[in-house]
Amino acid sequence: MGFWHQLVAPGFFQSGQVQAALVIGSVVAVSSAVAGIFVVIRGQAFLGHALGDIGATGAAAAALAGLQALWGFLAAGLVGGLAVDVSSRRARERDVATGVVLSAMLGLSALFLYLISQASGGAGVTQQILFGSIFAVDPALTDPIVGFSLLSVALVALLFRPLLWSSVHLEAARARGIPVGLVSLGFLVAVIVTVEEAALVVGALLSTALLVGPAATAIRFTGRVGRAMLLAVGLGLLDVWLGVLLSYDSYTWPPAGRGWPVSFFIVAVMIVTHGVSHVRPHRRLRAGRAVSEPLG
Amino acid sequence: MDAPNPAAVEPAIAFEAVSVAFGRREVLRGLDFAVAPGSFVGVIGPNGAGKTTVLRLALGLVRPTRGAVRVLGQVVHRGSRALGYVPQSLAAEPDLPLRARDLVGLGLDGERWGLPLPSRTRRRRIDACLERVGALAYADEPVGTLSGGERQRLLIGQALLTDPQILLMDEPLANLDIRSGRAVIDLIATIARERQVTVLFVSHDVNPLVGVLDQVLYLADGRAVLGTVDQVVRSDVLSQLYGRPVEVVRVQGHILVFAGPDVVPLEHGELAAHGRTRSTAGHA
Amino acid sequence: MSGIWNAVFPPGLFTNPLLIHLWIAATVIAVVAGTVGVFVNLRGDAFVAHAVPRGAFAGAAAASLVGANTVLGLGVFAVVMAGAIGMRRQRRANPVDVALILVLALGLGDLFLTLSQAYAPLVFSLLFGQLLGVSATDVWLIGALGVVVLVAVGVVYRPLLLASTAPELAAARGVPIVALNLAFTVLVALAATLTVPVVGALLAFSLMVGPAAAGWYLARTPGRVLGLSVAVAIAVVWIAIVLGYDTNLPIGFLVSALCLAAYVTARAWRWASRKGRSRAGAGAAGSEPLAVG
Repeated sequence: MGFWHQLVAPGFFQSGQVQAALVIGSVVAVSSAVAGIFVVIRGQAFLGHALGDIGATGAAAAALAGLQALWGFLAAGLVGGLAVDVSSRRARERDVATGVVLSAMLGLSALFLYLISQASGGAGVTQQILFGSIFAVDPALTDPIVGFSLLSVALVALLFRPLLWSSVHLEAARARGIPVGLVSLGFLVAVIVTVEEAALVVGALLSTALLVGPAATAIRFTGRVGRAMLLAVGLGLLDVWLGVLLSYDSYTWPPAGRGWPVSFFIVAVMIVTHGVSHVRPHRRLRAGRAVSEPLG
Repeated sequence: MDAPNPAAVEPAIAFEAVSVAFGRREVLRGLDFAVAPGSFVGVIGPNGAGKTTVLRLALGLVRPTRGAVRVLGQVVHRGSRALGYVPQSLAAEPDLPLRARDLVGLGLDGERWGLPLPSRTRRRRIDACLERVGALAYADEPVGTLSGGERQRLLIGQALLTDPQILLMDEPLANLDIRSGRAVIDLIATIARERQVTVLFVSHDVNPLVGVLDQVLYLADGRAVLGTVDQVVRSDVLSQLYGRPVEVVRVQGHILVFAGPDVVPLEHGELAAHGRTRSTAGHA
Repeated sequence: MSGIWNAVFPPGLFTNPLLIHLWIAATVIAVVAGTVGVFVNLRGDAFVAHAVPRGAFAGAAAASLVGANTVLGLGVFAVVMAGAIGMRRQRRANPVDVALILVLALGLGDLFLTLSQAYAPLVFSLLFGQLLGVSATDVWLIGALGVVVLVAVGVVYRPLLLASTAPELAAARGVPIVALNLAFTVLVALAATLTVPVVGALLAFSLMVGPAAAGWYLARTPGRVLGLSVAVAIAVVWIAIVLGYDTNLPIGFLVSALCLAAYVTARAWRWASRKGRSRAGAGAAGSEPLAVG
């Protein structure tokens, strides 16, 4: 019992702040994990990460214009994501195009934040936009966040099979009449919605972490997309819950009274679980079948 | 040249004066041929001759600049389930969370929207298909851990699941060793025979296919000639096709085509069966 | 006339000692980033170029926590990240691994910042760069490190070029692939260490991506691409210094905007020249850029 109180400090579940953080964090973790599986399969981790940063530019612009940050995130994400999509028709151009768009958007971000700090003199907005904090989520955002998460998950579910086929073999999918361009665009929208809402409530850092981490760990444990998705959702929830719990506990840790950032804990839990997946013998090394045998 | 049996039967695939140009470059020039249903046709030719373009035309992925392509009597449209397409190869990381049976299953309903629902009929059909292509033993393995030959069997299975009347094979031998290649050819020939399927089999070398081919569609420089191996792979016919002297030699059952200054040695110590007309990699 | 001159180039721009330091440091940075950027583009590893300086930010935060030199912190973190990313056989870094290493570094950075309660303007300048932060010691440090990077590039230039364009061939020739992949990421780390204090952690990669990408669109041989990339990078930082001094806008913004302008101009130029050529009747074959990525 003493240990339990050490781990789950008294008041943890009563704190309204903690409750809101757990709800929002869970919602974001679920939609990130679902989209994340395909992000990992398609090798789009850079784009997924870049979208978080790109959204922050929109948030800075929104702050400057006095608009809601959520719309800033979404608008910038759509603009940036489509810019990458249009400027990288050929696969080998994709990362460089992503880099160029990201660099342009981050440059604008620097400009907007500079203008904000000129206008208000405070650097608090900078910190908040760049790092975000799950404990500082505006309760009024809960409904739109839940709505957008559902939208993203529904899009991935709708596109599931054509998306899987065009991720595995683009030409074969195209030959069967799948509109591969439309499918990839639809998935991009799902990723944008998920990443931007995550960047808004948990920061650009955690949006990348929750998108890539649980999915990358999950696919090392199972050879099936559906199961990998469920496992990733579970891992994402585990990361968020343990992270929030440890962060709450850390208020009693040195330096006293300040608390350690929740993003650190969420990432730490994630890296540890991912490390475990590497310790476990990889399924490709499973004994019992000669892989090199030409034909069964 | 016309198909040898231009009887009342509707041709499976008919090219009517088809030309294709990419920008200013003309890839195919006035292709005119008809493939009879149930025949096994090898699409043979050097790199850049337009073999893959012929396949993509039949699939509706490329539109002819001039002329028309008819498949089973109809103007071709993309995504027809009567056509099974077998791509050259499948690249997959070992981490890809996709089992052999999942890959094959995409051929059944991979173009449908929404989540796949587990069903006993679906599973039975996929199992039967895996068994038919001899892939049941590794049905539950991740595709990223399978060999090139094993993956090729899965791709064939994927194409067979819609019970297509026509199979289009895009250089399936390109990444296989001789033994796996032989097995793939035998598998396709057997399936074609038992299901009365028309096969267009793209290959840059005619030799591995000689025993199973009904006809050869020989392409060079954007033009083509269709007929049996003996009718087409001859010095006079190919010289006319290439528009310059070409020599066809048979050595110990191997057909060698000298169409240029160079005879390209293939891997595995085989001699290439034809020269190259250009040194460019072509559009392929 | 002299009024305009003085407005664009105010007195002191070339005489103020702090600005002289900046001119020298920025030029070294441009040469290094432009050079390393050629390989970043050739390998398509823009993510690595972004992640290493971005994550190295945590090193600066750690340094400010323990009271050490922030550039040293940057360098140590950058090289450690590079080591973790670079130990691989594949030519391109696995984006998942890069992302995980990046979020780990950022999570640590967040922790260090919270614990050290770093002064917000310091954070801002580390993220977005600052014009007047280069001291006399820094100039020597940046110069020396710059020379080290350029000499290292000179040593590994040909094998790295081969390993970046034709890894199988390189392996067959006995080129040590893993060592070269590691060398590449460490070069990125060193370039990042130089660039971050001036341009900022968020935008350091602009100089490693934009100018070289423009170079690949305009030239066909690696040597010419290298020359163009370095020239564009130098032009970018010089113009950015002048504009930054005139307008007080953040240098990171100016650098990224100029890099974008160079990239867009190069792509438009290439598109226009290809269009002109195909109208003139010359074949389009062979006009692809040489294996970018």
